[in-house]
Amino acid sequence: MSDLIGYLVTGLGIGAGFALVASGLVAIYRVTRVVNFAQGAFAVLAAMLAASLLGAGVPHGLAELGGVTLGALTGLIVGAVAIGRPGTSPGTSLIVTLGLGVLAYAVEILIWGDQPRSYPGVPGVADLAGARLQAHYLLIIAVTAPVFALMAWFFTRTDLGRALSACASNRYAAQVVGIDVRRMGLLAFTIGGALGGLAGVLTTPVQQVTFDSDVALIVNGFAAAVLGGLTRPVIALAGGLLLGVAQTLAAGYGGGAYQVEVALVLMLTVMIVQAARTGPVAETAR
Amino acid sequence: MRLTVDGVSRAFGGVYAVRDVSLTVEPGELRAVIGPNGAGKSTLFALIGGQLAPDTGSVALDGEPVERLPAHRRAARGVGIVFQAARTFHGMTALENVMVGAHATTRSGFLSAALRLPGHHREERHIRHRALACLDRTGLAAWAHRPAEELPLGQQRALQLARALCGEPRLLLLDEPASGLRAAEREHLATLIAGLRAEGRTILLVEHDVAFVMRLADRITVLDLGRVIAEGAPAEVRADPRVIAAYLGPTAENSEIKTDPAMVRPPAPRSGDRGVHP
Repeated sequence: MSDLIGYLVTGLGIGAGFALVASGLVAIYRVTRVVNFAQGAFAVLAAMLAASLLGAGVPHGLAELGGVTLGALTGLIVGAVAIGRPGTSPGTSLIVTLGLGVLAYAVEILIWGDQPRSYPGVPGVADLAGARLQAHYLLIIAVTAPVFALMAWFFTRTDLGRALSACASNRYAAQVVGIDVRRMGLLAFTIGGALGGLAGVLTTPVQQVTFDSDVALIVNGFAAAVLGGLTRPVIALAGGLLLGVAQTLAAGYGGGAYQVEVALVLMLTVMIVQAARTGPVAETAR
Repeated sequence: MRLTVDGVSRAFGGVYAVRDVSLTVEPGELRAVIGPNGAGKSTLFALIGGQLAPDTGSVALDGEPVERLPAHRRAARGVGIVFQAARTFHGMTALENVMVGAHATTRSGFLSAALRLPGHHREERHIRHRALACLDRTGLAAWAHRPAEELPLGQQRALQLARALCGEPRLLLLDEPASGLRAAEREHLATLIAGLRAEGRTILLVEHDVAFVMRLADRITVLDLGRVIAEGAPAEVRADPRVIAAYLGPTAENSEIKTDPAMVRPPAPRSGDRGVHP
């Protein structure tokens, strides 16, 4: 029983990271119809910078904030390259993000090398109803929950958030009420970058980061996002948490080697089912 | 707001949808643009609203050329648009739809929303207030908290009007607002439009239904085959032989303008209306 609680909380912590990556994907896709394959790179860059800053003596909090800021900036740059030119089709933009994701590898290796990096998070072991788990997982959950609450508030209770939602719903009508759709796309990329960066700095203390960590993040994040057809943030959140828990349970009771496969199988199943129903995923694939 | 369209042409695939059209709508005027199917009404509408750019000619708002500005910049200058199609924001409530309409007039950015909470609260309250008033005015108060996609066609059109009004437009563009409405809805809409005109808003009404505009418009511009063939007060236009010919065909003996000219003239699709509603 205590094992189960331990796996569940650990799974939620890992899942929170997936959920952050997934909602970044959803935020970008909803507004721009671009599947952003550079999403994992935001997390890696943010984590690398945070590690360097901490190594240079910058205190916790500030270093992580620096990482998230770099994630947001990278998001803005990727957005500017991918959708900056008016009339770029979402398909073309997708390929651009894929290219930029690979380019990020080169930049990361050039600056930080190819060795894994990590830094200490919240030290110690927490005791939850008899289950012992790394205390840092609780921090991940404690930070992610208010971030999602903030996002919900932003998208429904602010003019800018509503403008983003309006672009997601009907770009043509959004322009008519004075919304600059391209600028909203750049804002969505920036938000996606910050969310990806947050995922990176939060999870690095429990699962080191290497230049190619983005693969696991993007696979899991995409699997979570695709559950809601890439357009439903709440389902992406739930999907991320579910994936985290499923993987921890699979690792805990089965064996540690199959974590990414769990996500891949889920993702493929969902995509095949949705393609048969010609949902938004089928539209993207065209 | 004065709208000046000067020598505007736009062709699709070598066929002119609008050719050398000029018209001036004075501030506070309610102008109707009518014409048979394929006359170029929708293209002209899109050229003014910013969904299309003209090949030649200029569109000016209060003397400032805007023909190269994208739609959102024209909206920021006070152009409000109601489309014939239900272009509302699905997944959002009717109230949220109308609140989005205030975007053109809001200057509160992300940081002020995130940091200057009191100021943001005040602006939010103000927008909400205004949006509710616009919903009330268009008869949608009861629908405020329903998802936009649940509204019937007539209410969808009204919702677009409420959304446009929330942006406090000085020039209102209405594309066939009466089409598909029932008689009672049509009556309500006519009263509403007359009320907006009485407030001094400039209104350009593109309409297929001639009877609907005859009693509303100050002046009427008649298009046929992409050109202006007549312009004047409703009574003048009604009596104009060129208008009668355009609506009924040169051999027609009946001198009365029918309310549904599409039935009289074969509605052969012309390239003029293509690409207007992408």
